[in-house]
Amino acid sequence: MTKSANGASVIVIGAGVTGLSAAWWLARSGVDVIVLDKGVVGWEASSRNGGGASHYQSPLFDEEQRLWPMMDELLGYPTEYQRERVIIAVSERQLHHYHYIAGMCGDMGYQVDKIDAQQAREMVPLAGDNCLGGIHLRFGGHANPQRTVQAYAWATQDLGGRIIQHCPALRIETSAGRATGVVTPQGTLSCDALVVAAGPQISGLMAPLGVDVPLAAARAEMIVTEPAPLMRWGGVDGNGLYGRQTLRGNLAYGGGPHEWLDTDPAGPTARPSTPLARNLARRVAELLPGAAHLNVIRSWSGIIENTPDGRPIIDRLTHPENVTIATMSGVGFGLSPASGHAIRDLVIDGQVSFAEIDKLALSRFADLAPDWRSQRGWEALASAA
Amino acid sequence: MSVADSNNEGFTGTDAHAVNGKLPGADAHYDLVVVGAGPAGLAAALEAAANGASVLLVDEHPVSAAQMGNDVPYWFGGRMTGAVAAKARMIEQVFMAEPLFEQAFDAGIEVQLGVYAWGLWRNRANLGALPEAMLGLADEERSWTVGFKAIVLATGARDLALAFDGWAQPGVMGAQGLHALLTRYDAFAGRRLVVLGSGDLALDTAQLALDKGLEVAALVEVADAPQGDAAKAAALQAAGVPIRCASVIRGAPSGIDGVRAAVIGPVSGEGPGETLECDTICMAVGVVPAIELLDVAGGRIVTDSARGGHVPQALAGMALPDVFIAGDCAGLGHGREAAAAQGRAAARQALGLDAPALDHEAQAADRLAYRQAWLRALVAATPDTVHVCQCEEVSRADLLGVQPPQYLARPEKLGCRSLETLLHDGPPDQEQIKRLTRACMGACQARRCREQVGMLLAMGANLPIDQAPRAGWRAPVRPLALKVLADWDEAEAMREGWDVWFGIPTQWTPYRDIGTEREAMHREALGGNMHL
Ligand SMILES: Cc1cc2nc3c(=O)[nH]c(=O)nc-3n(C[C@H](O)[C@H](O)[C@H](O)COP(=O)(O)OP(=O)(O)OC[C@H]3O[C@@H](n4cnc5c(N)ncnc54)[C@H](O)[C@@H]3O)c2cc1C
Ligand SMILES: Cc1cc2nc3c(=O)[nH]c(=O)nc-3n(C[C@H](O)[C@H](O)[C@H](O)COP(=O)(O)OP(=O)(O)OC[C@H]3O[C@@H](n4cnc5c(N)ncnc54)[C@H](O)[C@@H]3O)c2cc1C
Repeated sequence: MTKSANGASVIVIGAGVTGLSAAWWLARSGVDVIVLDKGVVGWEASSRNGGGASHYQSPLFDEEQRLWPMMDELLGYPTEYQRERVIIAVSERQLHHYHYIAGMCGDMGYQVDKIDAQQAREMVPLAGDNCLGGIHLRFGGHANPQRTVQAYAWATQDLGGRIIQHCPALRIETSAGRATGVVTPQGTLSCDALVVAAGPQISGLMAPLGVDVPLAAARAEMIVTEPAPLMRWGGVDGNGLYGRQTLRGNLAYGGGPHEWLDTDPAGPTARPSTPLARNLARRVAELLPGAAHLNVIRSWSGIIENTPDGRPIIDRLTHPENVTIATMSGVGFGLSPASGHAIRDLVIDGQVSFAEIDKLALSRFADLAPDWRSQRGWEALASAA
Repeated sequence: MSVADSNNEGFTGTDAHAVNGKLPGADAHYDLVVVGAGPAGLAAALEAAANGASVLLVDEHPVSAAQMGNDVPYWFGGRMTGAVAAKARMIEQVFMAEPLFEQAFDAGIEVQLGVYAWGLWRNRANLGALPEAMLGLADEERSWTVGFKAIVLATGARDLALAFDGWAQPGVMGAQGLHALLTRYDAFAGRRLVVLGSGDLALDTAQLALDKGLEVAALVEVADAPQGDAAKAAALQAAGVPIRCASVIRGAPSGIDGVRAAVIGPVSGEGPGETLECDTICMAVGVVPAIELLDVAGGRIVTDSARGGHVPQALAGMALPDVFIAGDCAGLGHGREAAAAQGRAAARQALGLDAPALDHEAQAADRLAYRQAWLRALVAATPDTVHVCQCEEVSRADLLGVQPPQYLARPEKLGCRSLETLLHDGPPDQEQIKRLTRACMGACQARRCREQVGMLLAMGANLPIDQAPRAGWRAPVRPLALKVLADWDEAEAMREGWDVWFGIPTQWTPYRDIGTEREAMHREALGGNMHL
């Protein structure tokens, strides 16, 4: 494995949380790796998300759970990871729903405590009289997205990995059934293996290789308040919201309707937010009445990759056989410590050592209807210019 | 439900959880909405009403005492009297202070004072969900939206703030803040000022203070000579106000009520400091066009030193389809008369009437160079432990070191990271650095720090000052309480279709249950929700 200015053993396209974690894992294994991004690290969904890390449905979850508490130390930089999550209800329907989730998680061996209204208000001082109780996930957690992304990037660099920003991959070069290089405005970089983790842009990069990766992009929004007094559990949500209290005290929440988008191969030109901020504000004020007087100081939106079934695609292809594609379908932040590990395993060993992920293969979409987006009502609105 | 089934069956062609049809139209509609009731906005509203248009004119003044306390929208520096707490009384005061309001009423214009415009939305790239373009408004109680055939943004300018030792205390304020407290609110709590700067803004500020019966201890200027109009400078000097050139403020000793003096000294750093007794230090080095609403609406923002730094690419007139700009927000340096002329022209353009060609004469002023000269002098005179971001308490050293906030541990490796190492990866990016250091992330929405942080990053990266990175504005462009911003009267479609995430039924199925009977059971129970 040679270290050359014109290439690397492995090139990762996309410095989102998935690509960066993969690069870090590869660098930890001594692989010479370059990460390319069209912008700065984490510029898309990876730095704009809710920071949630409680995705019990994933086959990567156990590995994620094992790794998160160690990540600050392993990376050498802070991620603000905090454990556990408290989900509180303000309607009977929500409570019923959360109790079902508690049962489902319990069946999988993840401990969930049901809490009554009194307990909920004790655990969540900002909750109000309208709180009917909830569930306490004794697993999962949350972290700071931007800090985490930067931590992966810096840790990768500390191990000799290279990160090239403002350098879009324009095209993947192939020869004899293998990817041999990536064409960029700054020249062609050669590689022995390739990881494509470019979020919604994966489809556009893979199509010329004859690989159809069904992904639909959508926009989702969040709001954030000025700091509130720190609660013992920052990972508090419910009432149709996901989000957290940051270690600074700000309440950052998202949820509600998404807008389906067309994907520009060059990446999004805008990430507008909308009056949805008002609907989010209402739900936060209902969830945490003790914070209703706090000012909302920002809103933002991010663009999310979605597969037809909402599950990740993590797959080392058979053709070109040295290409691994990875997209997490909207829940990629929390799982990132493990997704990178899985990608590393696929690139180096051809199979994942710590989990069975066959059901995340691209081949499951082989018979997908060509009009899958319109079947699902996932088409972009014509009024978006 | 098998894996194959989930590919192609059971779809209805609609996504109940997508935004389609869920965002309601505006609560009220006007031919023309004008934001800002300074000279530009008033002239625009009057011109439109005279031409038969239905017009809404909103202005945030009087803002609440709480907003003032956050230095929103101007840098008030805590120097307002208790009178500002009585908003109803203040509405009267602000109304009476501007004779044109009476005229606007008579012309049938709907004038709303004490109303914040906090968002402006139109369908554009990656946003097609709006039934129409809308402006978000709020008072202290609630928020709502208005629609329009056209909108004129006449939002004026905000204060430029630069840090020095002792700047984070009551009594340190900006020229716009002082101007508003003196002329609109009649609620300024200081008596004796030191004014920083000597351009026209500073000269006008000092003169205004004298006219209002206040004392001005001195003007302080880092350059070798006064910068503004010679006659104005001479008038001040004749009134006994010294202009101390080649000087900079070194610190602001505090008393029980904030500033009690300004210590100034030569820019060279040599020589002892001199203590000027005062209760207020007014920074009048510059103001900055108020581009918030245009920025959040997707208007193109460029850097233009002569027009005031980060400004709309468009000059006064149309900036986006149906969105017009006029006055200081379109570029500084024209004064009241010119602002009013722009307002009238913008209103005529907005209504599709023939409009006089505006004089877009290029100005010579290099405002960024002047600001940079001040910043350099202040940096030299100020320890790097001084917070450049007051809200988040980020020091200049931590900003340039790209260090995390104080409440996080700083592992050893972080000590090896700084702006310099970050620059190996590319040009400085204010959005990235702000999220790492938290500078510009606070409750004042970075009003007190965004310009200086951008300039410090440019200087740290050895970039020309006109390449200083910019942090974008985000709605709400005024801090608004959750309960005020909240839509308490939500449309049924929004409530019905709300989901915590995408509502993709298969997304939350535990991996081991995929393709089993249990999957169908979970889907039945959860309906695609992670948690409601
Ligand atoms: C508002 C919001 C809230 C969310 N909340 C959560 C949550 O609480 N928990 C959770 O786990 N997940 C959450 N997510 C989802 C999560 O953010 C994403 O799943 C995750 O960040 C995806 O990471 P990624 O690296 O795969 O993709 P991205 O973050 O999209 O990264 C892809 C990168 O590739 C780059 N790129 C694209 N094309 C090219 C090219 N041609 N050449 C070079 N580079 C290219 C992009 O610039 C980008 O940096 C949320 C997302 C949003 C927007
Ligand atoms: C101390 C001082 C002295 C001056 N002296 C002179 C002088 O002698 N002669 C002269 O010609 N010029 C002078 N000027 C300059 C003059 O005041 C400006 O050029 C002029 O006011 C610009 O008019 P405008 O309508 O563009 O903006 P402004 O007068 O600034 O009015 C803009 C209004 O919009 C409001 N607004 C902004 N955003 C929002 C929002 N989101 N929601 C609701 N309301 C909003 C603002 O609060 C403000 O009330 C002076 C300025 C200062 C600060």
